[in-house]
Amino acid sequence: MNDLADRLPPYARAMGIRMNGMLDGAPLLTMDFSDRAMGRPGYLHGGAIAGMLEIAAIMALHAELGEKGANVRIKPVNISVEYLRGGVTVETFARGQVVRAGRRIANVRAEAWQADRDKPLASCWMNFLIKPRKA
Amino acid sequence: MDSMPERPTDNQGGRPAIPAGMDFDPARFGKFMMSHGHTGFIGMQYQSHGDNWVELALPWREDLVGDPDTGVLASGPIISLLDNATSMSVWALRGGFRPQVTLDLRVDYVRAATSGKTIVAWAECYQLKKSMAFVRGIAHDGDIADPVAHAAGIFIQVEADGWARSREAEA
Repeated sequence: MNDLADRLPPYARAMGIRMNGMLDGAPLLTMDFSDRAMGRPGYLHGGAIAGMLEIAAIMALHAELGEKGANVRIKPVNISVEYLRGGVTVETFARGQVVRAGRRIANVRAEAWQADRDKPLASCWMNFLIKPRKA
Repeated sequence: MDSMPERPTDNQGGRPAIPAGMDFDPARFGKFMMSHGHTGFIGMQYQSHGDNWVELALPWREDLVGDPDTGVLASGPIISLLDNATSMSVWALRGGFRPQVTLDLRVDYVRAATSGKTIVAWAECYQLKKSMAFVRGIAHDGDIADPVAHAAGIFIQVEADGWARSREAEA
């Protein structure tokens, strides 16, 4: 668990994204609302939401790879974000779901929500390239 | 906040920061962008624009890194840059500001950005409809012929009411 939190990149820390335990088998991320995440006045920036979805997808993949993850590097190949609702000035949650983690490619989905998990702000799919870590 | 609106976008309590229909000057908007909110935090900068395109820049910064081993920027700030560049390209083509929200945005990361280099995003609105705007963009770190990422997205025009919320409405 602590190992996973150690993998949060500097960008995630700068944005105030934190690990908050596991939810249904995948890491749950939280982000307090702050000016650094605001787009149009009173709402989350779409890029801040997408950035959080990406971190959720990456952390879900790290959790899925477990021990194997130490020997590989994961590279985001692409992302498609669907925006469903405006994000307001409250805490935001995000969770990724690994659809498939193969030898070379991983397909991951992620969702972000606020007060109600059944009313997501945005969702995404992401593809990753999995490469052996050079010794 | 007294109550959470069922759909935050339906909130009628606020007033937009920029009135709908106002002339849009990308350079002026760029200055505003640099000093406010998420765009200000990550250090987004306006560079130039044309009839249907806008170019923005994002200088490399250590706290925006996604991979500490390589110093490569996280993809989040690159999406934010492409989101703003594509969004502003719509207003550039309209010749005026109109509230809009991102419907979807797809980004292909064709290669890792070089550590330490400024990312430049060039984006255009290639099709403008009454309620929708179709956009695409390229992010690079010095040579547009050797891009870092490609983006394609759609923006939807929305009502000015509730598009933005004032601080008072949030209290």
